[in-house]
Amino acid sequence: MKTFPIGGIHPSDNKQWSKDKAIEVLELPDSVAVPMIQHIGAPATPIVKKGDKVLTGQLIGEATGFVSANIHSPISGTVTAVDMLPNGQGQRRMMVVIKREGDEWVETIDRSTELKRACTLEPKEIIAKVKEAGIVGMGGAQFPTHVKLSIPEGQKANILIINGVECEPYLTSDYRTMLERGEMMLVGVSLLMRAISVDRAVIGVENNKPDAIAHLRKLVADGAYRGIEVMPLKTRYPQGGEKQLIAAVTGRQVPPPPALPISVGAVVCNASTAVAVYEAVQKNKPLIERVVTITGKHLKETHNYLTRFGTPYSTLIERAGGLPEGDVKILNGGPMMGRALVNLSAPIMKGCSGVTVYSDGDALRGVEQACIKCGKCVNACPIGLEPYLLARASKLQKWDVAEEHNATDCIECGCCSYTCPSYLPLLDYIRIAKQTVMANIRARANKK
Amino acid sequence: MNELLLTALTLSVLGALLAVILYFVAQQFKVREDPRIGEVEKMLPGANCGGCGFAGCRAMAEALVSRDDISTLYCPVAGGEVMKAAATYLGKAAPEKKPQVATLRCGGSCQKRQKTNKYDGAKSCAVVNTMYVGESDCAYGCLGYGDCAHACIFGAIKMNPETGLIEINPDKCTACGACVRACPKQLIELRKKWPKDRAIYVACRSRDKGAVVMKACKAGCIGCGKCAKVCPFGAITMDGSLAFIDSEKCKLCRKCVNECPTGAIHLINMEPLAKEPKEAKAPAAPAKEEVKVETAK
Amino acid sequence: MANRIIAAPSPHIHGAESTRRIMGDVVLALLPALLVSAYVLGWRVLFVTAVSVVACVAFEYLIARFLLKRRSTIGDLSAVVTGLLLAFNLPTGIPWWIVVIGALVAIGIGKMTFGGLGCNPFNPALTGRIFLLIAYPVQMTDWTTGVPDALTGSTILADVKAGLTSVSEVDFVAMLGGHMNGSMGEIGSFALILGGLYLLWRRVISWHIPVAVLGTMALFALFLAIGDGGAALWQMPLFHILAGGALLGAIYMATDYSTSPMTHCGMLIYGVGIGLLTMIIRVWGAYPEGMSFAIFIMNAATPLINKYCRPKRFGTK
Repeated sequence: MKTFPIGGIHPSDNKQWSKDKAIEVLELPDSVAVPMIQHIGAPATPIVKKGDKVLTGQLIGEATGFVSANIHSPISGTVTAVDMLPNGQGQRRMMVVIKREGDEWVETIDRSTELKRACTLEPKEIIAKVKEAGIVGMGGAQFPTHVKLSIPEGQKANILIINGVECEPYLTSDYRTMLERGEMMLVGVSLLMRAISVDRAVIGVENNKPDAIAHLRKLVADGAYRGIEVMPLKTRYPQGGEKQLIAAVTGRQVPPPPALPISVGAVVCNASTAVAVYEAVQKNKPLIERVVTITGKHLKETHNYLTRFGTPYSTLIERAGGLPEGDVKILNGGPMMGRALVNLSAPIMKGCSGVTVYSDGDALRGVEQACIKCGKCVNACPIGLEPYLLARASKLQKWDVAEEHNATDCIECGCCSYTCPSYLPLLDYIRIAKQTVMANIRARANKK
Repeated sequence: MNELLLTALTLSVLGALLAVILYFVAQQFKVREDPRIGEVEKMLPGANCGGCGFAGCRAMAEALVSRDDISTLYCPVAGGEVMKAAATYLGKAAPEKKPQVATLRCGGSCQKRQKTNKYDGAKSCAVVNTMYVGESDCAYGCLGYGDCAHACIFGAIKMNPETGLIEINPDKCTACGACVRACPKQLIELRKKWPKDRAIYVACRSRDKGAVVMKACKAGCIGCGKCAKVCPFGAITMDGSLAFIDSEKCKLCRKCVNECPTGAIHLINMEPLAKEPKEAKAPAAPAKEEVKVETAK
Repeated sequence: MANRIIAAPSPHIHGAESTRRIMGDVVLALLPALLVSAYVLGWRVLFVTAVSVVACVAFEYLIARFLLKRRSTIGDLSAVVTGLLLAFNLPTGIPWWIVVIGALVAIGIGKMTFGGLGCNPFNPALTGRIFLLIAYPVQMTDWTTGVPDALTGSTILADVKAGLTSVSEVDFVAMLGGHMNGSMGEIGSFALILGGLYLLWRRVISWHIPVAVLGTMALFALFLAIGDGGAALWQMPLFHILAGGALLGAIYMATDYSTSPMTHCGMLIYGVGIGLLTMIIRVWGAYPEGMSFAIFIMNAATPLINKYCRPKRFGTK
């Protein structure tokens, strides 16, 4: 069975808490705060003001420039504020606050549940629709999908890879999506193939999800979807990393940054993103909701909810029976790459595949000890870095050393910190080195 | 006997040979440099702190020697006297700069600013700052993990565990600016150094609106603008909802201190004006004590 | 609110491995060899080991608390491992005060002067042993005191080197079971291998260093056998692997984290270096056994190996 070439770890996947919970539709929130930045790139410009009436699916934030994404209203009602409000990390971002009145949708959106396979649109038209719908990578990185699909001149894609790996422990939103919305996803995959003009697509799924593999294979076998292959992959973190997934599926390694996956002819999209593409292209439905897992060992209930964006995290936590007593750590995402939340009234965004709750001992880190130079981080790094060295360089602010040791290659997967027997916060420091080195490189480029 | 002679001979020949080789190699790789660089370097403090903007004292000395106009070069650690001496030695016009001292522009101590969460990651302000807003709701306040204290090679910055804020010892501070660069929140400012270390400054950098500031911290600047109105020297400017006192224009008249409703204007080593003693004492008294303790050490 | 919200950067989970668990595993892996040794050489083995371990832990605690004035680090069990390994490198009859001096050198000079665990360039136990070997050569090579009569005499390596016996006369089965002369820990070959397999299974060590060391030694010995002709071709390699401290060194001493390279490529180079140096000392050197010196020399080369054996950067050729 295939997997990526170097490094990686095997955390226990803990998906049992929520994997058998079918997708439920979460009740509509009374009020939402919709951030104008839910993607990598420039924030969208709000085009509504206080007092405006908006419909569900109406454009409320317009993309600013190419690397940016449209934002649509997830509910219908009245705009009560356009202001800087704190996000999950407490940082203030431009948000549009809407008070809900009913649930009236924009007319052009097809709300029927009937599957629509046929598509005669040109690639450019598909990409335009994806852009219009404000679709971004839903695996967590939130990179605008239309940018990925617009292949630069002189380069050509020859394979589309769909990320159904979901290598993050705990999370099951992609898994439930593949099981319950598999057909929609496959149509979405066909549309994506059309958009980038490739005749081969591979859906990578880790072998800890055998029923998803079997289900998708059955759907593909019926013959309606040509060129799509379902590939089981050996369970290993971070298989869902773009570079790791490409290497696992094709054996090709994307060169170090600034090279992009297209340099080896691959385009990678998340499974949930494929469903969003289907809805956008075939149903005219912008990206206003997604499946979010709420999970944790000490929660009373776990769920997979179809959630409108802008719903506060606290709603999901209430539905899971509230926070456990004592120390809690609430994560937007899974435990390996998820970001800790400090403000639970903040809104759920496009990249939020799940909310994981840890409590008591699990919420706290172990006590730091001295580095014993065991080299376990070196052997766990999936990108071939020396984390112990980079962390030390960062701590001593030796940015030139960090640059020389390719700090900018780091994908922030966290394998080094996970594996360190001395509980050193390696990634915490490497992240600083990566950001500083990138800033230094940019500054040098600007000077020239 | 023969052996002894042979040994001595071999060693002498070897020594002579190597000396010759060494001489030629040294000639080949000789670096010709201005002897004045070494002289100027000797005058500089040798702390290699980078406060001048160069990598170390050597680089600074090279710049002082090689540039015709040295008015932009200044060693904050050595101060005016040394700069004057160096300039006289080089026959150039001496750069001038008034003495400065690093000042923390945040008054959000543990007592004034409620913690809303507990940080459990690497103990570094830079790490906290890239991750989230910090342990309080204030997005501008001191994070309290002491990156500035680590950056200070003169030992002038100490963390006060009671307030959760750092304290800068004006006697040890050389205004090299390392802490200014280290603070990810840009909370440290180099301000004019008054005699007896007196100072008046706005201990807040929050650009949030007044209501937001009040909710997060009891000692923040809420942007009411009263201080700017009362200042007779035009030293106080309002940038949005944040007041700023220009230390060059300020004459330490202390009128603004009594006006501030939150005590965000700190008064150091001076008694507040007699008017409205109730409000004025609250911010001034503890700040004064802090400094006294420091100077006593 | 009854909750306290915790915030930290990712990742938020940690693997099962910890320094303490690793050191505990090493201690566990060394126990069978200790028992074999105690069975063959007598109760004094346990006494010497206890003295060594207690002295190492005590010195680490005292130095950390009173000289370095910082948190004591004895909880990570690394001092216990050092103590065990030091004892394993000593003859059974050694006076207890020499053991204490060895422990002081191992922990005090070998480890704490450099800043404690992870900072030492040389294996602390080996530092202690080599110091003792040079300072107390008589006591350190006295294999007769305190052991059963059947085992008095010199080590088999010394015998072979002096020409008193030949490799073809060696009883390999007895060697495997521990019936040979030598330091306390190096005699139970079978038990040492068993412990090594346990460490491999627990992923405490990787195969690279032991295989490189033993493989190099075997190959070297094979060439010797071809050149010599006195013993069967299989006897010479087997003899060199089982005799002396080869197994103890290759599995437990050379794999010490802080003094060995980080990457697999580096580990192989390091292992081959140790194997070669050991054999060179054994065959042509003044000492009958060269394992400790070989590891010591390669320890010094570790930073250099680390500098040149970098992991392959993803996406490059």
